[in-house]
Amino acid sequence: MIRVVLPGHLRTLARAGSEVQLDIVGPVTQRSVLDALEAQYPMLRGTIRDHVTQERRPFLRFFACSEDYSLEPPDTPLPEAIASGKEPLLIIGAIAGG
Amino acid sequence: MSQVRVLVGTRKGAFILTSDGKRQNWNVSGPHFAGWEMYHLKGSPADPNRIFASQCSGWFGQIIQRSDDGGKTWTQPGTPPGEQTAPGGAPKGESNKFVYDTSATGKPLTTHMWYDGTQHPWEFKRVWHLEPSPNDPDTVYAGVEDAALFRSTDGGKNWQELSGLRGHGTGPRWQPGAGGMCLHTVILDPKDPGRIYIAISAAGAFRTDDGGKNWRPINKGLHSQYIPDPNAEVGHCVHHVAMNPSRPGVLFMQKHWDVMRSDNAGDLWKEVSGNLPTDFGFVIDVHAHEPETIYVVPIKSDGEHFPLDGKLRVYRSKSGGNEWEALTKGLPQSNCYVNVLRDAMAVDSLDKCGVYFGTTGGQVYASADAGDNWNPIVSHLPAVLSVEVQTLA
Repeated sequence: MIRVVLPGHLRTLARAGSEVQLDIVGPVTQRSVLDALEAQYPMLRGTIRDHVTQERRPFLRFFACSEDYSLEPPDTPLPEAIASGKEPLLIIGAIAGG
Repeated sequence: MSQVRVLVGTRKGAFILTSDGKRQNWNVSGPHFAGWEMYHLKGSPADPNRIFASQCSGWFGQIIQRSDDGGKTWTQPGTPPGEQTAPGGAPKGESNKFVYDTSATGKPLTTHMWYDGTQHPWEFKRVWHLEPSPNDPDTVYAGVEDAALFRSTDGGKNWQELSGLRGHGTGPRWQPGAGGMCLHTVILDPKDPGRIYIAISAAGAFRTDDGGKNWRPINKGLHSQYIPDPNAEVGHCVHHVAMNPSRPGVLFMQKHWDVMRSDNAGDLWKEVSGNLPTDFGFVIDVHAHEPETIYVVPIKSDGEHFPLDGKLRVYRSKSGGNEWEALTKGLPQSNCYVNVLRDAMAVDSLDKCGVYFGTTGGQVYASADAGDNWNPIVSHLPAVLSVEVQTLA
């Protein structure tokens, strides 16, 4: 079971709580986590990564175990603590704007 | 008794203002989608309880929302609440997806001109305007940035570009205005289903007569001193175009500078700024029952986006332009430095015609007597991006 923490606006959009839980079969990577997240919450398609290119939206970043994984290739395995559910994957919006 | 529903999009959410036909006491609902930029909301004339809304964010991109109960509840089309998985079939969440058409060549149709004069690829940013079909509640058009026109025929679940607009030949000469290269005006001819008018900042106005396959610029007569060729075929910064449905061949335009009219479906424009104190502005609209009565809100200049002399004045012409009168009763006449953005004025169809507009200061003003007297419905909303009105039986 994977835990993901969403930014506030996406929680509202998904009608979800502060943390969502996902079941993933196979390697736990950015791509597999986002695939599972969008399958469970299809209203989030296009909000975290581009619909077509699948690239991360520029004002969002991914943190795992206090490390920034945003620039890692999407198929890079995430830390064991994320794969085991001990730690959540954090999707964080840039602090900007008014 | 008749009711009026005013749909207000703001920088930080949407608000729905309702009143009976007297238009004196208002109920305010909202914020809906709090914290999101709500560029535009508009109800379907074919089913007034169906409202489409453009919700967007610099962080999270574009969302399309739809209500089928007059704005009480909302869903993303095709992705109902409580139905969270997409087993087997087409993926949900497609209502958020606006992809430029590459079907003809497998490549982008063209590039457009960037601020510095170089060519630049089209990049989808947001939906500025949603225009529901007058006849079919499932058909709705979306004007987007970077400028293109999309259409949905399934209630907003899926969107397809009408790519003949970008592909007709002048696209490489379009370039963004200060607000981005936005397709902000979509007018459907109520008497001719094949005819659609659109306007783009800063490209100009365009028309199709065959439902969106073929397009042509309709900018003859526009004169813009601020572009290299003031009489160019495209490149004019059109801010808004309005039409009275009873006379779909007569159009009124607020250009960057200049108020214009066309009596032949945009084939030729003539200036009707007349005695306006300044002819810069963003909004323009037409009285619901008097097709020669039009409204604008003059703004000081392109460098100073606020009313002249700090006085918020709507100007009305009852002669289709040229002769204008200032409407000031109930509007602030000192120290007012708000703006009224291009989609932030609308009219109802009651008798007398109601006129509404919203400001970047968060006020929504209403007049229940065609502009003679004004009152604020609300005074402290976030900056208003758009105002639309539904007159309900």
